[in-house]
Amino acid sequence: MREQYMNSMPHVTLPKVGTAEAWREAARACLSARIPPEGITWSRGPTEAVLFTEDEAPPAAKVGAIRVPESFVHLASQVVWHSHPERFARLYAVLWRLRTEPQLMQDAADRDLVALRQMERAVHRDLHKLKAFVRFREVGERAASRRKFAAWFEPAHHTLEPAAPFFARRFADMDWLIATPDLVARFEDGVVTFEEGAERPDLPDDAAEDLWLTYFRHIFNPARVKVDRMLAEMPKKYWKNLPETAAIPDLLQTAESRVRAMAEAAPTRAPFYAKAIAARPKQPAAPPPDSGSLAGLRAEEAACTRCPLFSEATQVVPGEGPPDAPLMLVGEQPGDQEDLAGRPFVGPAGQLLDDIMVQAGIDRRRVFLTNAVKHFKYTLKGRHRLHQSPNGSEISACQWWLRQEIDLVKPRLLVALGASAAESLTGSRDGILKRRGQIEDGPEGLPVFLTVHPSFLLRLPDPVAREMETERFRDDLAAAREHLERLLAA
Amino acid sequence: MTALTLQEKLAILSDAARYDASCASSGTAKRDSRDGKGLGSTDGNGICHSFTPDGRCVSLLKILMTNFCIFDCAYCVNRVSSNVQRARFTPEEVVELTLEFYRRNYIEGLFLSSGIIKSPDDTMRDMVRIVRTLRVEHDFRGYIHLKTIPGASPELVAEAGLHADRLSVNIELPTEASLAAFAPEKDPAEIRRHMADLRLRKEAASDTTLKGTPAPKFIPAGQSTQMIVGADPTDDATILKQSARLYGSYGLKRVYYSAFSPIPDATAKLPLVQPPLLREHRLYQADWLMRFYEFAPEEIASQGNLDLDLDPKLAWALQHRDRFPVDVQRADREMLLRVPGFGTKSVDRILRTRRHRTLRYDDLLRMGTTLKKARPFIALTDWSPGALTDHKDLRARFAPEPRQLSLF
Repeated sequence: MREQYMNSMPHVTLPKVGTAEAWREAARACLSARIPPEGITWSRGPTEAVLFTEDEAPPAAKVGAIRVPESFVHLASQVVWHSHPERFARLYAVLWRLRTEPQLMQDAADRDLVALRQMERAVHRDLHKLKAFVRFREVGERAASRRKFAAWFEPAHHTLEPAAPFFARRFADMDWLIATPDLVARFEDGVVTFEEGAERPDLPDDAAEDLWLTYFRHIFNPARVKVDRMLAEMPKKYWKNLPETAAIPDLLQTAESRVRAMAEAAPTRAPFYAKAIAARPKQPAAPPPDSGSLAGLRAEEAACTRCPLFSEATQVVPGEGPPDAPLMLVGEQPGDQEDLAGRPFVGPAGQLLDDIMVQAGIDRRRVFLTNAVKHFKYTLKGRHRLHQSPNGSEISACQWWLRQEIDLVKPRLLVALGASAAESLTGSRDGILKRRGQIEDGPEGLPVFLTVHPSFLLRLPDPVAREMETERFRDDLAAAREHLERLLAA
Repeated sequence: MTALTLQEKLAILSDAARYDASCASSGTAKRDSRDGKGLGSTDGNGICHSFTPDGRCVSLLKILMTNFCIFDCAYCVNRVSSNVQRARFTPEEVVELTLEFYRRNYIEGLFLSSGIIKSPDDTMRDMVRIVRTLRVEHDFRGYIHLKTIPGASPELVAEAGLHADRLSVNIELPTEASLAAFAPEKDPAEIRRHMADLRLRKEAASDTTLKGTPAPKFIPAGQSTQMIVGADPTDDATILKQSARLYGSYGLKRVYYSAFSPIPDATAKLPLVQPPLLREHRLYQADWLMRFYEFAPEEIASQGNLDLDLDPKLAWALQHRDRFPVDVQRADREMLLRVPGFGTKSVDRILRTRRHRTLRYDDLLRMGTTLKKARPFIALTDWSPGALTDHKDLRARFAPEPRQLSLF
């Protein structure tokens, strides 16, 4: 069988439209007939269908009989549009090798593949430039129910067919035509058709082109001339079909003198209205909040620079809750989410705390929630901010604010969540796990109930341990609530 | 005074917009208009439709709604004390320009910014009206980038984010001290809170509700910012640290660096300089290393400015020669990415190929790896840099020739 084909040397002529599909089918047929690459020649012709010049075409491939890596299918679907006469043969040669070298596609240095990938890149670039550089002119009436546009373009490869779906997706509510020397794509009433290539059509003037040139001239910055960059991305071979390039020589010629004129111009006096605007109050001045209130405290906290943490954070996160809350929960510091929102306990630990408070019979709306430190302390790890515990000096710098919150709210019971809060409220950072559940003396002799921070639970990797610790935390909060009830009843 | 024509307004308001570096139109949700109703599409990849002779791409119609502004930022062409000619588009004019440019395939969409008129809310409301008209009335499905105004009310920001693919607020200058000196009306804390708010809203929109219905989309292409380089004395180490902080804190897609560039009618407070384009380029390279190569900002520049003669990756390698040569056949991905001249694509190709066979020097060449820079830093079965890695003149091989002094 093989010999028979060697003798007759089939030639495959692929159609100008639908080339990719046709090549795939023909290649499949040839492969299942075991025709080696050297036994076949290929070309792209004006005809509509695949032609085998021999009397006997290779038998149709059995469905599912040929399996090739997806990456080859993709590579082939691009390379077929290249203008190189050997593209079909080179693709088929690699397809032939894949039968015996299934790992071939993984090899980034294989000579045959390197050549095909170069073609793929050239096609990709040409396709991209076609999408970028086609310039439509309006060729119908603006008031028509479907407006009509047309363009002339000269691609380096056969990229009009693969580019057409892009234009159909984008410009679906208008009719358009893109003419190239090789093919013409026509889009009318939602359907793309192709016809033989044409001469450059004479397109009518379009007033929008003047506006486009104006924009092109004025968005250019004469102080940053970089002609090489422009030419690398917009080579001269495309210029003849890009109306805006007419402005380039003049822009380049005058750039230097324009920059010099800017530098040499003497400073001018501000226009008359500038003073009036400067004198105008920017916003209706709100009365400053009473300095003896929580609102007044928040305003002062917002400007805090008592320790260096302010410089890395988004904002201060002040305490929040009723001004007469009998219970005040003090955490460590705002986390990532709290820093963004400007509110305490809104992140994962806060949500966990909310749930457990409900289970412990505590109404969040009656609790004042705050932190020992009011700015988020973190280190950057790539695109993430990792929480860092505040040190002693940061805690003591921020005591200034926590004490004022306590003075204003006058809670009956304080709950320290974790070691940093314990340190701020009792002066001791020692082993919070040993002290939890106990009550110690806090500022002004207020009782401080000690427990862990809810983020401690989130960090436990073992689900059983986490379950147990969550239960203990719930018990702690319930004990704190009972203690508060006793205090209030007394 | 005669009314300005559309053409004249376009000239003035694109003059006013050219100092914003961003022109990206990539990374947004996929949309198209195949249903035949609207106009436009986005597929995640941006398209540069043209290039001006400054080498910058034209992807979006980048204009100001108005260049009237009540602020007096020293570096800005539109500051209140400048005598540049002022103009203001009507919303209909912006819509018309966007749609007609789009239909002719000039642009991917609109990048709308504005001077601040009356108040942040007044300005923001007008801008939101424009994008709402484009999206709702004209069913425009192209890309929209909106510069938001810090201090605008949350409802306006929320609506802007529903219509826009990207929102951005400029940090303007790398430090608070510089902002206080050159843009006294801008409040750095407000800018930070604005960025924080955008991140929270975007995260909330990507959450799916308990019923499984997705929340309405909010800025699918994320947020970005820009800082001006060379107007104030801040060094590169500080700038990169600030960028890292912005990426980490607010999930920014991009920080754009804009070399301070001469403006017409400049203020005496801020003398004009040659824009430091090479410095800007090095900052972009360093930024790239932070985003895709796992470099920490202090690894690239612990103090002072970046080396203008060498790209930051090569500069790092020359300072850490004890880590080289890297065994290309065995080194892990992280270390391969540290080799000068090896990009992410090269490294992927190396990893893929070496699973099946031993790599040789010629293989790397064929894969398209640039070996000019990599050679002293790598080892293969058939290539060893020998003493080259530690050669005392190695830096000189890469640095450009010292410029000859001219006779005076």
